[in-house]
Amino acid sequence: MNKKLFRWSIQILILAGVLFAVSIFSLCVGSSGIPLKKIFWTIFEGRGSTEYSIIFDIRLPRIILGFAVGGSLSLAGVILQGLFRNPLVEPYTLGISGGAALGVCLNIVLGIYHTSILSLPVSGFAGAILVVLLVYFLTLKKGILKIQGLLLTGVMLSFISSSLIMFIMAVSQTEDLHGIIFWIMGSLEEPNMLLIKITVFLSVFGLFGTYLFCHDLNAFALGEEEASHLGVDTEKTKKALFILSSLLTGIAVSVAGVIGFVGLVIPHFVRMFIASDHRILIIASFLTGGAFLILCDTLARTVIAPIELPVGVITGIIGGMMFIYFLNKRK
Amino acid sequence: MLEVKNLVCGYNNKFVLKDINFELKNKEILGIIGPNGSGKTTLLRAISKIIKPQTGQIIFEGKSLKKTGLNELAKKMAVVTQFSESYFNMTAEEIVQLGRTPYHSKLQFLETKQDEEIVEQAMLLTETFNLRNRPILELSGGERQLVFIARAIVQQPKLLVLDEPTAHLDIAHQIRILDLTKKLNTNLGLTVMMVLHDLNLASEYCDRIMLLNNGNMHKIGIPSDVLTYQIIEEVYKTVVVVEKNPISKKPYIILVSNVGRIGNPV
Repeated sequence: MNKKLFRWSIQILILAGVLFAVSIFSLCVGSSGIPLKKIFWTIFEGRGSTEYSIIFDIRLPRIILGFAVGGSLSLAGVILQGLFRNPLVEPYTLGISGGAALGVCLNIVLGIYHTSILSLPVSGFAGAILVVLLVYFLTLKKGILKIQGLLLTGVMLSFISSSLIMFIMAVSQTEDLHGIIFWIMGSLEEPNMLLIKITVFLSVFGLFGTYLFCHDLNAFALGEEEASHLGVDTEKTKKALFILSSLLTGIAVSVAGVIGFVGLVIPHFVRMFIASDHRILIIASFLTGGAFLILCDTLARTVIAPIELPVGVITGIIGGMMFIYFLNKRK
Repeated sequence: MLEVKNLVCGYNNKFVLKDINFELKNKEILGIIGPNGSGKTTLLRAISKIIKPQTGQIIFEGKSLKKTGLNELAKKMAVVTQFSESYFNMTAEEIVQLGRTPYHSKLQFLETKQDEEIVEQAMLLTETFNLRNRPILELSGGERQLVFIARAIVQQPKLLVLDEPTAHLDIAHQIRILDLTKKLNTNLGLTVMMVLHDLNLASEYCDRIMLLNNGNMHKIGIPSDVLTYQIIEEVYKTVVVVEKNPISKKPYIILVSNVGRIGNPV
C-alpha cells in the first residue's frame, strides 16, 4: 500500500475516533447527565423513556448540526486560505458571513420565514453569493482577479453589512430583535429537522466538490501565476471555489448564526500538525471542525447551566486563546 | 521551437513591448538582457501565456500559443519566476511534486510510481535530494532556487524559462545554478530562455543573447556581437571596457566608475 495513503488513512481514522468520542461525550453530559452505560440501554430499549427523547430529540440533532456547521465553516476557511494564500483569511474577512447574516436578518424582520423555513438558508446563501459577486465584479479588471483588492473590498463589505444589520436591529420591533440577537450570537439549537438534513447534505456535497479541486489548491500555494504555469485554469478554479465557499458559509450562517474562529483556527492547526497538502487538509479540517464545534457547543450548554451560552462566545474565546498560544510557541 | 512575430503587449493599454520579432532555435540557450524596465519579464510572461499579446503572434512548437491550452503548455514549457515561493510551509519534496500537476487527471488522487521516480531523479540531478524533507522556508536562497528548478524539470518540458535565476545568490550558487542549466541543456536537450542581469554570466553561458531596450529588441546574436562596448554604453548609458575572458574567450565586461576616472574629479 502506498506509504502516503497509509499515513493519511491513519490520520483520518484518528480524527474520526476523536469526533466519535466527542459526540458520545456530548450525548452524556447536560442539564440531566446520562451515564454512558445508560445510553446503550436506552438505545436498546427504544422509544418511550425520557432519556430516549433527550438523546434523540435534543442532543443528537445538535451534535449532527454541530458536525455539519463546524465542518462547513472550516472547509470554507480552507478554500479561502488556499485561494488567498493567507492563513488569516476566512469567510468573515471576505464579508461572506456578513452578507449571509444580512440576508437572514432581512428575512427575519420581513417575516418571510413564516411562509417557509427553507427561505432562511436560501436568503443566507443569497446574501453570501451577493457579496461574492460584488467583490468579484468590483475587483474584476482585465480578466485577472487581483488578490489584494479583493481582500480589502471584502473587509469593507463586511463593515457595511454589519452596519446594515445594526440599522435593521435599531428600527425593528422588540420580538424580532430578540430573535435576531440570539441567532447572531450563534446557536446550534435548531428545532427544524429538515433544515438540519439540508445542512448535512450541503456540507457533504461541499466536501466532495472541494476534492475536485485539491490539486489546483495545492498549486495555488505557490502563487496564482505559478499555478497557471502548472496548467491550472486559475480563473475557472477561483469562480467554482468562491461559489462553493459561499454555499458552505451561507448554509452555516443561516442555521447557526455567526460562529467565528472555526474557519480560521481549524485549518491553521491542521496545517501545523498534519499537513498543508490539500488532499488530506480538506477532509482533516472537515472532521476536526465538526468535532471542535460539537465540543464547544457542549461546553456552551454546560459551563453555567442552566443558562446556555451562545456557542460563538465559546469558539471565540477558546479559538482565540489557542491561536495566540500556538503562534507564540512556534516562534 | 518558438517563434515570436510582431509582438506588442503590455498592461492596461500601456505598451511595454513594441514589435518584438525573434525565433528561438531548438536546444539553444538564449539570454535576455537589458536595463530595468526594458520589458524582459513582460516578454517571459507573454511567452508563458500569463498576459495576452495586443497584436502579433507567438508560435510554440508549431502551434499558436492562443490555441494551446494551459495544461498542454505546462507539459512543454516550465517557468521558474523570480518570485517562486511557497506561502505555506511545504517540504522541498512537496514543492517538486507539484511539477507533476499538469499530468494528473481530475480524479487521480495520488502520485503514481512513475511520478515518484521522476521527482526523485530530478532531486538527485539538482542535488536537492538530501533536502527533501526540509521545510522550504528553512532553506537558503540558493537551495530554494535549486528546488524550484527541480520542480520545473519534473514537468518534463522542452523549453525551460528562467527569470533571473541567479538574483541575490552568492557566486558559488550562481555558478551552480547556471552549470546545472547548461547540463540540462546538453544532457537532456532542453531549450533554455533566461533573463540575466549579470552580463558576464550571460556571455559565459548563452549561445545567443537578446538585448532589450525600452520595449524594443535592440539586438540579438552571439555574445561577441551583442556585448560590445559601443552597444552597452548606448543602451545602459554606462561606461564599460570589454575584454576577453582568458579561459572561455567570451567577451568580458569590466565596469568603470564615473567617479575618479581620468578627467573626472573625485
